[in-house]
Amino acid sequence: MPPVERNARRPKFRKGWRIAWFFVGPFLFFYCLFLVYPAIQVAWLSLTNSDIAGQGRFIGLANYLQLARDADFWASVWHTIYFILLTVVPNTLVGFLFALLVVRLRRLRLAVLSAFFLPYILPVSVVTTASLWLLDANFGIVNYLFSSQIAFFADPFWAMPGVAMVTIWWTVGFNMLLFIAGLQNIPIDLYEASALDGANTLQRFLFITCPLIWPVTSLVLVLQLILQFKIFDQVYLLTFGGPYNSTMVVLFYMYREAFQQNRGGYAAAVAIVLVAVIIVVSALQFKLLIRRRSR
Amino acid sequence: MTRQRVSILGLICTILTVFMALAWIFPIYWIGSTAFKSETDTILVPPKLIPWPIDFEAFAYVIQNSPIFRWYFNTVLVSVSVSFFSILFSLMCAYALSRLEFNGKRLIYAGLLVGFMLPFGALAIPLFMQMNSMNLVNSYLGVILPQIAAPLSVIVFKQFFDDVPRDFRDAALIDGANDIQILFGIYLPMNWSITWAMSIITFIGTWNNFLWPLIITNSTQMLTIPVGMTQVQSAWGIAFAKTSAIAVLASIPTAAAYLIFQKRVTQGVMAAAGLK
Repeated sequence: MPPVERNARRPKFRKGWRIAWFFVGPFLFFYCLFLVYPAIQVAWLSLTNSDIAGQGRFIGLANYLQLARDADFWASVWHTIYFILLTVVPNTLVGFLFALLVVRLRRLRLAVLSAFFLPYILPVSVVTTASLWLLDANFGIVNYLFSSQIAFFADPFWAMPGVAMVTIWWTVGFNMLLFIAGLQNIPIDLYEASALDGANTLQRFLFITCPLIWPVTSLVLVLQLILQFKIFDQVYLLTFGGPYNSTMVVLFYMYREAFQQNRGGYAAAVAIVLVAVIIVVSALQFKLLIRRRSR
Repeated sequence: MTRQRVSILGLICTILTVFMALAWIFPIYWIGSTAFKSETDTILVPPKLIPWPIDFEAFAYVIQNSPIFRWYFNTVLVSVSVSFFSILFSLMCAYALSRLEFNGKRLIYAGLLVGFMLPFGALAIPLFMQMNSMNLVNSYLGVILPQIAAPLSVIVFKQFFDDVPRDFRDAALIDGANDIQILFGIYLPMNWSITWAMSIITFIGTWNNFLWPLIITNSTQMLTIPVGMTQVQSAWGIAFAKTSAIAVLASIPTAAAYLIFQKRVTQGVMAAAGLK
């Protein structure tokens, strides 16, 4: 009996194996060629003095040692952190506020939700075109309304807050959607029971909504954190790192070193530092998601 | 008495909400209305809220002074091909990861989770070098190929396939169906809505992608609209009606996709964030 069974099983397993690779193959091919290989390559490049065409030789950790003493790099780290401070928490709070406003609506709900979400699906260059026009120092309608003459993207003080403001306008709809989903998951009988017990609106908000929405809040905070570390497009289009490098963020610094200074190896080292930071934050995100699932 | 007070408060709240919503889409209205003004009307003080008389001069200028139709063609070609192949390959990969037994399955899934974390921007340099050595710089394939393997879609589809009872596959196997038939005849139709949702957000995401087309293209003829528009805009200088007009043209397809498939976009965005 046993030999027969083994013989019957072996071809079947081999066949199953072939089918599985037929299914996984196409994706895996592109994945390895355009994600895994470049990821290994960027780590290797960071140990060389390559130019942007990839020509260079191994120099060990010299790039990293230079990076540690590079004032421009540290400035870009600080600018990124400043941008994160200006966006992550405000963007989460505004998203929560909008979600609270939207969920209580009935007939107007879809229209209001669309209005808050629409900017999110626009290309970044449209968002920046709109921003440059509305916030124009001379003819912009914002300066007209406030009778001011702020040159948002040419003034080192205003540049980063300006980029942050634009980013929040653009992306808050995403956070709002996640909060709406979270708010809808809170069982309605909790509110009814507490109303019977005499809790007022504020109490219900503080003692039911806030604690029960916290898992979503923490998820949004971490997603925002990962996203804003990668800030590049808006800066590239609004300020190009200026004025006086005041918006030179990490990814923009990498771009400049690679494609303008022709220092591929050095830029790769910047990329590796960014990847390391993002992986740490992402690990935090997975922990949060797993905790959500197990509940 | 209290009921009435609550409803008055509610009304005030609703009015404030609507006001905020209007303020939030005002920039979009403003770009749209500026596009239909003459250049001199755009810089009037006080600003003209309604574009009257309607002026199509800015659009005419855009059509004459930029290869806008070529860019439309490029962007449609890139977005449609990326969405189609990305979704097709992701569905197949997710099906295998969810339903088939084979060596290396866990390793692949773990690899996907790690790849999901890697920021595209950080890979841009080696990817550019690789494209350079493959002679794909400034070509459609160069723009399209690196955008196809999106780990996120696989992770989302796998979650949905995991929820389908295994009996469906077992019963179909007994009836003599093979896995290709099972995926496209049973699993795909059962998960149409999420497949649509992921397709649409992939399409929107590819259409809007800025960094990669910026790096990999270097001739005006090969640009996508979001990148191309920024180049002509800086050449046109201070010309608000014209820059607005090209922005309107660049965003019509994604805005339309959102407004038509609103529910699907919402579903896709939530699935992509890990909430079903």
